[in-house]
Amino acid sequence: MDLSYSAEDLAFRDEVRAYLAENLPERISDVVCSGAELTKEIIEEWHAILNKRGWLATIWPKEFGGPGWSPVQKHIFEEECCRAYAPRIVPFGLNMLGPVLQVFGSKEQQDHYLPRILDGTDWWCQGYSEPGAGSDLASLKTRAERDGDEWVINGQKTWTTLGQFADWIFCLCRTDPDAKNQEGISFILVDMATPGIEVRPIKLIEGGYEVNEIFFTDVRVPVGNLVGKENKGWTIAKFLLTHERTGIAGVGFSMQSLEEVKAIARKTMRGGKPLIEDPLFAARVAQAEIDLEAMKITNLRMLFKAQEQGAPGPETSLLKIKGTVINQELKDLARRALGPAAAPFPGHITEGNLMFGPADTEHNAARYFNNRKTSIFGGSNEIQRNIVTKTMLEL
Amino acid sequence: MDFNLTEDRQMLADTLNRFLGEQYPVEHRIKVAYDAPYHDPAKWDQLVELGALYALASEEAGGMGGTGFDISVVFEALGKTLTPEPFLGALMASRLLAAAGGDQDALLTGATKYAVGITEIDAPYELDQIATQATAKGDGFTLSGRKSTVYGGQIADVILIAAKHDDGLGVFAVNAADANVTGYGLMDGGGAAEILMDDAPATLVLADAEAALNDAVNAGIVALCAEAVGAMEVTHATTVEYFKQRKQFGVPIGKFQVLQHRAVDMLTEIEQARSIVIKAAAELGGDDASKYASMAKNLIGRAARLIAEESIQMHGGIAMTWEYSVSHYAKRLIMLDAQLGDTDYHLSQVMKGYAA
Ligand SMILES: Cc1cc2nc3c(=O)[nH]c(=O)nc-3n(C[C@H](O)[C@H](O)[C@H](O)COP(=O)(O)OP(=O)(O)OC[C@H]3O[C@@H](n4cnc5c(N)ncnc54)[C@H](O)[C@@H]3O)c2cc1C
Repeated sequence: MDLSYSAEDLAFRDEVRAYLAENLPERISDVVCSGAELTKEIIEEWHAILNKRGWLATIWPKEFGGPGWSPVQKHIFEEECCRAYAPRIVPFGLNMLGPVLQVFGSKEQQDHYLPRILDGTDWWCQGYSEPGAGSDLASLKTRAERDGDEWVINGQKTWTTLGQFADWIFCLCRTDPDAKNQEGISFILVDMATPGIEVRPIKLIEGGYEVNEIFFTDVRVPVGNLVGKENKGWTIAKFLLTHERTGIAGVGFSMQSLEEVKAIARKTMRGGKPLIEDPLFAARVAQAEIDLEAMKITNLRMLFKAQEQGAPGPETSLLKIKGTVINQELKDLARRALGPAAAPFPGHITEGNLMFGPADTEHNAARYFNNRKTSIFGGSNEIQRNIVTKTMLEL
Repeated sequence: MDFNLTEDRQMLADTLNRFLGEQYPVEHRIKVAYDAPYHDPAKWDQLVELGALYALASEEAGGMGGTGFDISVVFEALGKTLTPEPFLGALMASRLLAAAGGDQDALLTGATKYAVGITEIDAPYELDQIATQATAKGDGFTLSGRKSTVYGGQIADVILIAAKHDDGLGVFAVNAADANVTGYGLMDGGGAAEILMDDAPATLVLADAEAALNDAVNAGIVALCAEAVGAMEVTHATTVEYFKQRKQFGVPIGKFQVLQHRAVDMLTEIEQARSIVIKAAAELGGDDASKYASMAKNLIGRAARLIAEESIQMHGGIAMTWEYSVSHYAKRLIMLDAQLGDTDYHLSQVMKGYAA
């Protein structure tokens, strides 16, 4: 066993750190640090900066334009990005569709779509969930019927993250209504500009707007937009969900949150002393830090295992469960540390002299509530436990 | 022993529940709670007409109630419907005015709206850290300092301010027009204000006010805890109802044992919460009021977080939306922890009792 970074790893870390220091604009990291919603422009600008350096599609193999990093390098990169308050990469094109096309797509599809994902021409969103098909994704009803050279799509998707910005959506559609649930599903790419598509916003608990309902009425797309084989979309769906789960431990983000909690607790006062000196609160922070320290190693161990096996295994479910629990705990601690200062609705107190509590706290409660989503989406923590029960415990 | 409400209180509960159930459905609440003035003035007037404020004050003070149980009946009803009306400030002001022995008709009739300013940025929960200073001037006083998150402060006519005075704490009345008041909406709906005072003219309400302030805080805690019990019960009931309606994998999700057991754990915590509120309400005004108020606020803080987080989780995505009521109940349940002392603060208050 050797937990130390190799000389190459250390050099890589320094390189990433220096790159971020030089290329991540402060006006962008300031927004990330404040916890405010990121605009489309900011996200696109950051993607373009990383792409220029060849560091955007971190999980793609070299042949498709990825950097070809080892698990440790990916981990270092994630950690450094979080440390520098870089925006999160929007995963739908880069971490979801990209790998799908690389494995299941035709040469033509790869050549057409992959470069457009990299250079930001196409913004993708994920059309999996439906009102009636959440955890039970395979019960989805959105129908795609073959009509000559076209698929005709009717139905509804929901919870579509950042669909309001998207140029394209990848959809799971039912192509054989008579087959058993998982059997008759296909993976189809749809241009959001196609007639018959309507996007309706869903306002979230904290007042933010990041998810949508998408309605399809006689939406016609070319047959060539099918990825992989007809009625074999479930294999792709499962492949993609495992990819969705890598990086789901969110170690870097939790490290960021931990630093935030400590910074707030150093500035807020309780009983005439900084909150960080309160043993009850400090104990909570310490416990979260201990869990996170272990999670860093658990995450690395599982990354290595995934590398050896060639694919992430069911252990990633454990990462997701514990990773989200740790992060949610840290968000709770940040809100708690602020106390009444977290109470105003974001944006309601903006005049400098009236900002109260430590600076940059405006969005703290909002982040806490918004982050409850992480244990629900991408397969809820209950569903992850079901997966582990079946695959690892074999019960 | 008798755990039933008296006939009068039962009537009060029924009246309020009926009125709020009919007049303050959650859709209406969501509409009024997040936009200025962050409550519904017409509904507030109607609630005042129903006598809801009189229930908060004792007969000596001109009211018709004023015990812990009167308070908890009113606030549990408000909690069930998440009513963002400024009752907390009225209740705490009424306690302070009663301690001063003054007339509070203007408060009870609703003619004057009161709020209470105790919290400061560096003294979020503790009275002994208050820095706002009172200075004698002519016949009266002036106040300098800043009060934070004054609930109901955005619409108050008069704010009762806790300020340093001589060697202790006094309570002073400040007209909203004489201070720099910035109102705003809250994460969980309803409104508050930042109150900046720079030699603001004030009148003395109570000179040696520490005991009265503690009593007002304890009453406020009973109120918040009862509100939480009301909100938790509705949240739990909504969750269980959703268990029956929402189907995944061909069955109602309520068939999954892992969800069933968690709903049972929630119920247990709600029963515990109700019990500790009954205890704190019974002790209100007595020698041990602070101790039991602290116990209640700590237990409520833990239970409310459990109910809020589990209800969202077990609903799935729908409870993450603004449109669905549970998200608003969850926000209220979480955010009330930071009012009048949070879970840890009150835990440490209970621990302080062990040293002696
Ligand atoms: C903010 C947000 C963003 C999202 N973004 C996207 C997106 O971009 N694209 C997309 O396709 N989807 C997206 N989703 C949808 C997400 O994947 C679903 O919410 C998730 O799959 C859960 O489905 P559901 O909400 O319908 O809950 P349900 O499936 O109805 O579940 C309700 C509850 O029952 C539990 N449950 C269900 N089945 C079982 C079982 N067998 N055993 C035990 N418990 C069970 C669940 O864990 C949950 O607690 C997003 C969701 C959110 C909240």
